[in-house]
Amino acid sequence: MASKIATLFFFAFACTLGTASAAPYIPASGAQVLERLPGGASPMRRDLQRLRTALDANPGNLELATMLAQRYIEQSRRDGDPRYLGYAQAALAPWWAQPQPPPQVAVLRATLRQSTHQFGAALADLDNVLKQDSGNSQAWLTRATVQLVIGDFAGARASCMRLYSRAPELVIQACLSSVGSVSGQAGDSYERLRQAYAARPESDPGIRAWVATLLGEMAARLGRGAAAETHFREALALDASDSYLLGAYADFLLDAGRAQDVVRLLKDKASADALLLRYAIALKTAGMPEAARATADLTARFDAARLRRDSVHQREEARYELALRGNAAAAVRLAKLNWAVQKEPADLRILAEAAAASKDPEARALVRAWLERSRIEDATIASTVARLEAKA
Amino acid sequence: MMARWIILLAFLCAWTAPAHAHKASDSYLTLNVQQERIDGQWDIALRDLEMAVGIDANGDAALTWDEVRARHGAIAAYAMARLKLASDGKACRLRVSEQLIDSHTDGAYSVLRLQGACDAPVTALAVDYSLLFDIDPQHKGLLRLTHGSVTSAAIFAPDARQQTLTVAEPARWRQFADYVRHGVWHIWIGFDHILFLLSLLLPAVLVRSKGEWQGRDTLKASAMDVLKIVTAFTLAHSLTLTLAVLGALSLPSRLVESAIAASVVLAALNNLWPLVHRWRALVAFVFGLIHGFGFASVLADLGLPQGALVLSLVGFNVGVELGQLAIVAVFLPLAYGLRHSVFYRRVVMTGGSVCIALIALVWLTERAFDLQLLA
Repeated sequence: MASKIATLFFFAFACTLGTASAAPYIPASGAQVLERLPGGASPMRRDLQRLRTALDANPGNLELATMLAQRYIEQSRRDGDPRYLGYAQAALAPWWAQPQPPPQVAVLRATLRQSTHQFGAALADLDNVLKQDSGNSQAWLTRATVQLVIGDFAGARASCMRLYSRAPELVIQACLSSVGSVSGQAGDSYERLRQAYAARPESDPGIRAWVATLLGEMAARLGRGAAAETHFREALALDASDSYLLGAYADFLLDAGRAQDVVRLLKDKASADALLLRYAIALKTAGMPEAARATADLTARFDAARLRRDSVHQREEARYELALRGNAAAAVRLAKLNWAVQKEPADLRILAEAAAASKDPEARALVRAWLERSRIEDATIASTVARLEAKA
Repeated sequence: MMARWIILLAFLCAWTAPAHAHKASDSYLTLNVQQERIDGQWDIALRDLEMAVGIDANGDAALTWDEVRARHGAIAAYAMARLKLASDGKACRLRVSEQLIDSHTDGAYSVLRLQGACDAPVTALAVDYSLLFDIDPQHKGLLRLTHGSVTSAAIFAPDARQQTLTVAEPARWRQFADYVRHGVWHIWIGFDHILFLLSLLLPAVLVRSKGEWQGRDTLKASAMDVLKIVTAFTLAHSLTLTLAVLGALSLPSRLVESAIAASVVLAALNNLWPLVHRWRALVAFVFGLIHGFGFASVLADLGLPQGALVLSLVGFNVGVELGQLAIVAVFLPLAYGLRHSVFYRRVVMTGGSVCIALIALVWLTERAFDLQLLA
């Protein structure tokens, strides 16, 4: 018995060693699996591999390069895995440094620059494309997206308008409603997009999943919980693994006080930092002991990002500081830095929450000014702002 | 029976293992320079090596130790062709002596142990890094160069492939000086620490006899009292500051901030209704422990260079002490000069303590109940 207990302790000890990133080691057995490649045995991975081999043999092939880059970007968005963005950039290497690359490359370069928050450079790329080819609908749509992120609503609306007769109607409405929904026409924008969505059941499932996600977010901002739930579920039925959708749905559930549902939703999806963040918050809210572990993992990831001087996750990091570490001062500092770069509802929200917790007058002023300027309607931000003003 | 235990525990291990993060690609390169000798370690993600040299021989998307081992030669050749070291314009020799495995937040890494030498003792090391840039232009090489106790860092990226790192001291002194400055600044703007110290120092030039305050006879006696209090406070907050920064201890910031405010209230009240006149050094020590946590949170917000943790910690602490000494240097002569006056005993000592207690009480309420009383 005693030896059994001793063995138990030995293995328990080995467990802690293994997880605490101990010293480098030599695996005990040759058959030990050290790493599983993302995508596993899925056809997606083989596809990408095949395309990459083909491109390696002929790196100057523009069509192949842009196709592969596009696939990598799509994969990165789905998995929340930034490595694919680097691979996409590598596929475009022959044209990457050119001041005026071919339009297909310029649009992709803009998308990649947007993903690393180089919004100015992204817009410059798109403007360049549109100067040569004013009918490039992808460029107009990407331009609208970037303008929306930086809070240029007039510009974004104008870009959406240029899609008329060049893009499917549902896409145009999604573009316009995304802008209207955060700039004073929340109810109207939601209703129009809902009707367009219902009228176009034959649209591409990818587009439908995207629109259903947008509808879920819009309904949630309007405080229509039941409708939001329906939209999110529909989107999940179309695409259950999209990391952006999972994050948006998790936020909705957290606001609705359904932390347990978030734990179930994200249990096996904590690879993406944004999802681990929501998972950890849900565990903490639900009072589950695993919260400490998830928070520690997140700390390690932010530390690793800081080492490489990444500032792409300041929004998430601000939320982590506020919700998980209770450090309002750090949260408001990060939220302000993030706000200087991007101005989506989630950015405003963390800024308002950090301002309320830290009583930072500058953050409070920023929130107040933006509410006035944008006329954004958002149920949860409104309640935070009410708290903010009550304390003022 | 035994086998079942092991299976159960293996399962537990898997369950508690952190989910591997999705993260941009980095390699972690550590080089240690001693005279002309260089040794080091280079951690490169297996996932990246799979892209670069191909590891997954059977194409099942699971990389085993056998598959990695079979590619050790290719991995070493790939890596060594993409890291060039030179000193004084002459290339240094570098080779992989051993390959191990380690894990980082985003999965398993191959750990390449490096050994090398330059022709002469190194004063400046030129590093030319080009690992993975062709495969992933967002890849970064994170270098930590150590030389004795000095650590410097560099980040390699496609637009910063060549960097020269001096293997000398000045950067270290500047870093130290920076943290000294932070420490002084924090004491200077940290009114709660100043008021706590002042509350304890105010009676230092007085003695209590028959329920009345009277001026002390000698400067030496007053200075000794001040010395004892300041030393006790310093020892205590240095202790908790160090423990907190090293991660050995941590307290919620609201509790710490509230307790600091409470310590100021108590210290000031003790001047009005003296309970522990002779034991103020002990009070300074006990409450100093709490103030140390306050300093630690400031330091955490500043961010600490991981490689030079102790250095910056000591620097910050020295800064705090210098700031304290400056306060004492102004306080002691003034207080000693005024100690026999009614003004000192009534206005400075009693009035000052009342003011300090009131201010700290406001802080305490604000911090404990998360309110804003003063704009």
